[in-house]
Amino acid sequence: MTVAAERQAAQEQVKTMTMVAAVNDALRVALERDDKVMLFGEDVGMGGVFRASDNLQNLFGEERVFNTPLSEAGIMGLAVGLGIAGEKPIAELQFAGFIYPALEQINAQIGRYRQRTQGNFPLSMVVRAPYGGGIHSPEMHADSPEGLVAAVPGVKIVIPSTPYDAKGLLLAAVDDPDPVFFFESIKLYRSVKGEVPTGHYTVPLGKARIAREGDDCTVLCYGGMVEVCEEAAVAAAAAGVNVEVVDLRSIVPLDFETISESVKKTGRVVIVHEAARRMGFGAELSARIAEELIEYLHAPITRVTGWDAPYPPFTAAEHMYRPDAARVAAGIRKVLDY
Amino acid sequence: MTAALTLPPDPRLEGTLSVLSPSGELLRPDLVPGDEILLKLYTGMRRARVFDDRAMVLQRQGKLGVYPCFGGMEATQVGAALALQDGDWVLPTYRGTALAMMRGMTLAQILLAWRGHPAGYQVDPKLHILPFYIPIANQIPHTAGIALAEKRRGTGLLAMAFIGDGGTSEGDFHVGVNFAGAFCAPAIFVIENNGWAISTPTSVQTAAKNLASRAEGYGMPGIRVDGNDVLAMYHVTLEAAERARRGEGPTLIEAITYRILPHTSSDDPKRYRQETEADAWRGRDPGMRLRAYLESRGMWSEEQEQDVMKGMEAEIKAAMLEADQAAPIEPEALLEHIYAEPLAEMKDQLAEIRALEALK
Repeated sequence: MTVAAERQAAQEQVKTMTMVAAVNDALRVALERDDKVMLFGEDVGMGGVFRASDNLQNLFGEERVFNTPLSEAGIMGLAVGLGIAGEKPIAELQFAGFIYPALEQINAQIGRYRQRTQGNFPLSMVVRAPYGGGIHSPEMHADSPEGLVAAVPGVKIVIPSTPYDAKGLLLAAVDDPDPVFFFESIKLYRSVKGEVPTGHYTVPLGKARIAREGDDCTVLCYGGMVEVCEEAAVAAAAAGVNVEVVDLRSIVPLDFETISESVKKTGRVVIVHEAARRMGFGAELSARIAEELIEYLHAPITRVTGWDAPYPPFTAAEHMYRPDAARVAAGIRKVLDY
Repeated sequence: MTAALTLPPDPRLEGTLSVLSPSGELLRPDLVPGDEILLKLYTGMRRARVFDDRAMVLQRQGKLGVYPCFGGMEATQVGAALALQDGDWVLPTYRGTALAMMRGMTLAQILLAWRGHPAGYQVDPKLHILPFYIPIANQIPHTAGIALAEKRRGTGLLAMAFIGDGGTSEGDFHVGVNFAGAFCAPAIFVIENNGWAISTPTSVQTAAKNLASRAEGYGMPGIRVDGNDVLAMYHVTLEAAERARRGEGPTLIEAITYRILPHTSSDDPKRYRQETEADAWRGRDPGMRLRAYLESRGMWSEEQEQDVMKGMEAEIKAAMLEADQAAPIEPEALLEHIYAEPLAEMKDQLAEIRALEALK
């Protein structure tokens, strides 16, 4: 099918999907379009623990969709080798909280390979990982390690918040010439639904989305926090406060232009993420806004984040750790009342 | 040569395959390759050794950065390299200069790489020689991935990685060899067991009797070979390569050799080991061994030796001139090739570096 024909087909057929179904659909399209695309990880052949790769082995065979031995470093390293050799690997980490054994491959190899070979061996590869809390998962299963990965030059990080974006961004990630980490909010997998074209389409990496317009305060968020922030914004609207919710979609590359426009308009910033506050991605956002936009600020930047503690292994304590609409609302009040 | 005859047996070599004795006597007539290969193996080792000797001098003169020398270990890399075909992939360690030379990386590129110049990282991708791996053992899972790609494409090509004895203690070694075994991927893993990981002897790395024995746990053959015997090394690698190409999966080769020189130009081995140990291994020199055999067959003369030496000296001189002419490193080099297209903030940072450099 030509690109134009594909676009037309994509526009014609639209289905209501959950986010995990949209991810599954993106993977199907990617595998269908390019023979070089391979999908692998722990239990991926059988659909994966969240069923994101459901039925794909049936459709594309065990050569292209397969289980690996259990090792995150091995899965990352295998993807690097396949990428060097010209394949298009999509690797799944079962949970982003299992990324730690793979950090050496990410830091020492994935981020550096293009420069180490002066562009001769770029790694076009995608790493998908379910991340974040909100579903009462066991210890380590709810971590948000995007900040750790964002500290590595050479990789991109995409975190969708809607089914439409999940599919379009994932397909853009597959086409991208650089290694892309794609974090999928576990909480959003089945809690959000939306209209998704069944064909191929892409949402460009590095373009933020204004999830809700407003001119009193800017809330910067991504992934699982977007619905929480929208809820807080609805509550604020009832009290006469217009909150602009900016869904960053990707944190590397960062769409600082959109952030800048919003901050210039509102003069007040709340940054929201699930990861611990110290050295979380909010620290980078806050620093850049302070460096480049301080004269537009009417109040100090406020961060609403996880605490400087591990994501609680005690599921009954999860509600105290993961930001909710009430905490975001308190953050909004704080920057407005300053 | 006669000194080698009186060498005490080394327990590290127990059970390894040898084709030639340390003094060059033929032990396995059935495993001797053709004359052309014999000469290639010898000249490959000789050239590598001349380069290594000269590189250490250049480092002392401040013309190279830290340099990881390999003199005395060249048989392992040269024998393995010659057993491969064009298109096969090799993943060297930082001590892989002989391997890189054999696979077509130019001397100027090698010199530039050890000067930390970007041009030394600009190697023709078609050669399938990947950059010297500085982080320990990261290349092992990559080898599994590349080998899996070749298997999937049905090319008959393979991937061969080197690693030191110390590197086998890293998680990535286990992970990568296990993946290759599980996927029945066409891979060869060569452990260059040179006895020392800087100051740590192999006996501190593992309680295992030897490193090749681990192969059984990964479901593949484990071969122990005299790594200073280039004919033995060539033979076992060729067998492993044929096995890989037949679709029978990977092989783990433990080549027993010895690092008679320091770990790098920055290391002083006198701090941690007796030089008598190194002296015994000087008597097992791989070049002397093959030369004695070639001379016994009338295939090599002092004149030919001098030709190789002089030719190599001239090549190194020319390579140094070429390396000296490499363009100076511009600020772009820091931020280039990190992404296909630089990110917006990187463009700002490049402007900052340029401005700072202009002030100097």
